[in-house]
Amino acid sequence: MSEIVLETRNLVRDYTTAGGMFRQAKTVRAVKGISLKVEKGKTLAIVGESGCGKSTLARMITMIDPPTAGDLIIDGQKVDTAKGVSPELRRKVQIVFQNPYGSLNPRQKIGDVLMEPLIINSDLPASERRHRAMEMLKKVGLAPEHFNRYPHMFSGGQRQRIAIARALMLNPRLLVLDEPVSALDLSVQAQVLNLLADLQDEFGLTYVFISHDLSVVRYIADEVMVMYFGEAVEYGTRDDVFSNPQHEYTKTLFAATPRTDVESIRARLARKTAAA
Amino acid sequence: MALLEIKNLCLTFDTVGGKLKAVDGISLHVDRGEVLAIVGESGSGKSVSMLAVMGLLPWTATITADYIRFDGKDILNLSPSDRRKIIGKDIGMIFQEPMASLNPCFTVGFQIEETLRQHTDLDRAARRRRAVELFRMVGIPNTEDRLSSYPHQMSGGQCQRVMIAMALACNPKLLIADEPTTALDVTIQKQILELLVNLQIETGMAMILITHDMGVVAETADRVAVQYKGRRVEESDVLSLFESPKHPYTRALLSALPENATGDRLPSVSDYFLEEEAVTGGAA
Ligand SMILES: Nc1ncnc2c1ncn2[C@@H]1O[C@H](COP(=O)(O)OP(=O)(O)OP(=O)(O)O)[C@@H](O)[C@H]1O
Ligand SMILES: Nc1ncnc2c1ncn2[C@@H]1O[C@H](COP(=O)(O)OP(=O)(O)OP(=O)(O)O)[C@@H](O)[C@H]1O
Ligand SMILES: [Mg+2]
Ligand SMILES: [Mg+2]
Repeated sequence: MSEIVLETRNLVRDYTTAGGMFRQAKTVRAVKGISLKVEKGKTLAIVGESGCGKSTLARMITMIDPPTAGDLIIDGQKVDTAKGVSPELRRKVQIVFQNPYGSLNPRQKIGDVLMEPLIINSDLPASERRHRAMEMLKKVGLAPEHFNRYPHMFSGGQRQRIAIARALMLNPRLLVLDEPVSALDLSVQAQVLNLLADLQDEFGLTYVFISHDLSVVRYIADEVMVMYFGEAVEYGTRDDVFSNPQHEYTKTLFAATPRTDVESIRARLARKTAAA
Repeated sequence: MALLEIKNLCLTFDTVGGKLKAVDGISLHVDRGEVLAIVGESGSGKSVSMLAVMGLLPWTATITADYIRFDGKDILNLSPSDRRKIIGKDIGMIFQEPMASLNPCFTVGFQIEETLRQHTDLDRAARRRRAVELFRMVGIPNTEDRLSSYPHQMSGGQCQRVMIAMALACNPKLLIADEPTTALDVTIQKQILELLVNLQIETGMAMILITHDMGVVAETADRVAVQYKGRRVEESDVLSLFESPKHPYTRALLSALPENATGDRLPSVSDYFLEEEAVTGGAA
């Protein structure tokens, strides 16, 4: 039997917006009963329309927000986020946020960001901590001179890589990545995806990978879930989902992929000239 | 005459570790009704050069250029108040990190209406109508409700569409779009790109589009500039670029797509350089 690292049963999340003098309080169900299972060392990719509840699901899995209903089970243990989560479990489950800027402390240098988890969780000497942080910086395609810089001094894609590096420094068992490579050009994207694949091979890391980029999903995923308005409308092995999509939205999604062939470009330019 | 013309832009940041050169002599121009796409590596200075045009860099930045001209006016030496009249009205910008670029303390509706208040003569009711119209254009459902949401109550892609709506609010002559669809799934990306292209044809709006997604380039651009290692390595019309890319980095961008992965490793750009060097004997 393979180990199940992550399981959810009918996870639900409601958001209630505060009512005002003239407005009634309103409840929106952002996630409508998601059940999933991820085995150790595997990658589940989640795709879906913007606003369909992917980040909300990610925040429940990583115990940042408690679910409105349903069960979250990590390593066979039922977790009750609302009642408090042990530091050990917190370390085990990490998230790379969709908005890396918002998750970095503006007053903390990048080197310190990366070394901090080692201070809290291990008794490594300072020189070793520094060495490991430097190594990680290089692995995500940044350079030693970036060590002493603050978050605002980086480009969008560089910040995204810092967020990935920080999550990896904690040696998580389960890593949830919310659009982690959306701002990276292909050269860096390949480097980061290869790094994630290597770490998975070496340490059996388990990933939940949220992405809009279908070619990336196709490359990285073992299983794929397609979400639509808070529900899982498709869930299966990568090959099944890609070769035989069942739901209308999935079909639309695959059909909307941009066309890069010369004929399509020519046709578009002709339309533009005609309209001008 | 070009709508925006930049000649020899250089940009340095003062940091505790000394001076840091972020942009080293970039020139570009874009005409009315034209879409210029800029593609290039992460960290190659794409965003900061556009922020320089907008006058939005921190004080640690030193900007020099032979000139930055917009609509015939030199905006490099414009007084801050004259510049504010152009920025946000004649030039709109979609920022790269939408969730970090919206003000967390105000509702998104207030932020759009505030932009309209500063730059147009619309009265309160007309501003509200325009805000509703903009939200519909970018495909945000339940428009009336959504206008009273705060940024943290919206998803990443919803925030990105709010940014797009704000940038378009005053019918800009030039739209600078910095990775405008990174948080959108391909179905909504398609709607947004169509919206931008149509506006562009209808109003003659010029657009500078920064992206790393060659699919987005193929579906929108007229002309493409490719930056690599801080330099401009290639510039051509979009058809020629896809038909016969010249620089190895461009060729790599076009072929290093994950769908071309062989085995379980992704080809990286340097793999392509090595391959090309093997073929050309290092002449690339
Ligand atoms: N704090 C909140 N209060 C109220 N509504 C919220 C809140 N957070 C998210 N929502 C709503 O819940 C829905 C799901 O949001 P979520 O961020 O999970 O979407 P997503 O799938 O990650 O989308 P994207 O791909 O655009 O990032 C959206 O309609 C959003 O507006
Ligand atoms: N405030 C700042 N202080 C110091 N250096 C900075 C600052 N802002 C940006 N930089 C540096 O300038 C360089 C160019 O940054 P820029 O944001 O323009 O990159 P980019 O081409 O947009 O990359 P990406 O594709 O990752 O967004 C980067 O190396 C970055 O580290
Ligand atoms: Mg999200
Ligand atoms: Mg950028």
